[in-house]
Amino acid sequence: MARIEAEVGKPQGGFMKWIDDRFPLTATLKYHVTEYYASKNFNFWYVFGVLAFVVLAIQLVTGIFLTMNYKPAAVDAFASVEYIMRDVEWGWLIRYMHSTGASFFFIVVYLHMFRAMLYGSYKKPRELIWIIGMLIFFVLMAEGFAGYLLPWGQMSYWGAQVIISLFGAIPGVGEALVEIIRGDYSISDITLNRFFALHVIVLPLILIGLIFVHIVALHEVGSNNPDGVEIKKNKGADGVPLDGIAFHPYHTSKDLVAIIIFLMIFSSVVFFAPDMGGYFLEHANFEPANLTATPEHIAPVWYFTPFYAILRAVPDKLWGFILFALAVVLPVFLPWLDRARVKSIRYRGWIYKSALSVFVVTFLSLGWLGTQPADDIYVLAARIFSVLYFAFFLLMPYYTAIDKTKPVPDRVVYHG
Amino acid sequence: MNEDDVDRIDRNRRHFLTVATAVTGAVGAGFVAVPFLSSLKPSARAQALGAPVEVPIGSMAPGEMIRVLWRGRLVFVLRRSDEMLERLPEGIGDLKDPNSEVVEQQPEYAANATRSVQPEYLVVEGSCTHLGCAPLEDFEVRPAENWGGGFFCPCHGSKFDLAGRVYRGVPAPTNLRVPPHRFVRDDLILIGQDTGAA
Repeated sequence: MARIEAEVGKPQGGFMKWIDDRFPLTATLKYHVTEYYASKNFNFWYVFGVLAFVVLAIQLVTGIFLTMNYKPAAVDAFASVEYIMRDVEWGWLIRYMHSTGASFFFIVVYLHMFRAMLYGSYKKPRELIWIIGMLIFFVLMAEGFAGYLLPWGQMSYWGAQVIISLFGAIPGVGEALVEIIRGDYSISDITLNRFFALHVIVLPLILIGLIFVHIVALHEVGSNNPDGVEIKKNKGADGVPLDGIAFHPYHTSKDLVAIIIFLMIFSSVVFFAPDMGGYFLEHANFEPANLTATPEHIAPVWYFTPFYAILRAVPDKLWGFILFALAVVLPVFLPWLDRARVKSIRYRGWIYKSALSVFVVTFLSLGWLGTQPADDIYVLAARIFSVLYFAFFLLMPYYTAIDKTKPVPDRVVYHG
Repeated sequence: MNEDDVDRIDRNRRHFLTVATAVTGAVGAGFVAVPFLSSLKPSARAQALGAPVEVPIGSMAPGEMIRVLWRGRLVFVLRRSDEMLERLPEGIGDLKDPNSEVVEQQPEYAANATRSVQPEYLVVEGSCTHLGCAPLEDFEVRPAENWGGGFFCPCHGSKFDLAGRVYRGVPAPTNLRVPPHRFVRDDLILIGQDTGAA
């Protein structure tokens, strides 16, 4: 195998040498692609990082094309989106790709994060990769939120009204902060204009920067795997991990299959259910923003609803905001909350397995409850699940410490 | 994989699969590129805004010129006086293309001595064929300067006569363009369309 790699990475003739003398192109490709060794036992859960890249590319390209026709002004915004949908050739496709892409970004990122929880990818020595990843998640939330205001529909307006008002709960500075976010005494043309700037320039730049750092940190430490075994501990005579195979061509050809399947699902939604029954594009948003009437039932887009349900479960403005913010931020501390000596769920005991299962049910239930009206029974359910949500994180140092783990093998193994 | 396995790799098969995958991917990328590139073309709204425009000419005096916009482009409509028409053949020797032989610069029905449908009315785009500046009209005859009246482009000094024909020795390569147009009535010109009902 080493022989093949050597041929692929070798400077091919004079031109590559000319470049390499001035820029470490071959060395960079080797380090990050052809000689980046990741475990050979990657499974289904390991495709979502690459898929996040695919969605990012879709969002960047469709986003650029949308800005060519979108107008970030309160009087023009809604009409310009309709213009894109009706008058711009293929505009409907580009817009639906972008709106569907937003939801798929979160689907992919949530699964990517769940993978880390399954196999302990956030544990030492990968704490920083996890923290950078959480920052990416925060920026992504801000990006999704800013983007949702742009069509200037009813949900855009009232959703932004609710979320921006949240910051008003902060004692002392709250109201001043809200005014600075809006740039006006209410959500207005000025707010829309600056959210456009945030959505198309500021946040994407930060996002791309963070993703770059995320990858650099990952390639420094090396990828985790479903066994949670450090493959760098067992290297061959050539210095290559015995359980590692090169990212390219081995992992890339596997990822290609995942990308194709992903694009099939993505296209099905774009073409046959772009609003996903009101979950990806809320029906109220097909009406222009009306500053004099809130829609009867208001809920954020699905990817915010787990946290929104927690916010709504608290019968106090300030505490609602605090618990909401805490729920978003808590996962950052997973590397230190988790005291288990093993990484992968394969070698953990029944306590963590149960806790993680309950957490998955909790997260999905909160997500569903967040889309429902704030009736008594739903609020009660949201309170119970909110307690479970926080219990999962805050009790983790105890239950992971007492959980009975299995011995971890020296090398990666295949399970069926 | 050990050294023996490397020798047993069917490189032809591998090469075929690699190329087949790449070609399939390239075809797919090509299909995906179509909607994105098409979206850059003038939209339905741009096309609607680019519809033909009607220009009433009933009240124009001989020697008067009006400016209209068609598709956002400047169009000159000049009602030439008899005296102006008489002067048209005079400077022919100094013109680059006196007989309107450059086909793209006018529809067939304007490829004549006056470059117009009706001799009186000149309809030309007010866009210099050099780099697109709007020429200025200068209808005053000044024999001392060898100027018989016409259009002068202030950007780079191109000169055109009263039929929009370009003079020799200026940067503009061709005559001013005559847009498609037709007379709906004697006092109404439709610019942007020359066939069918208005």
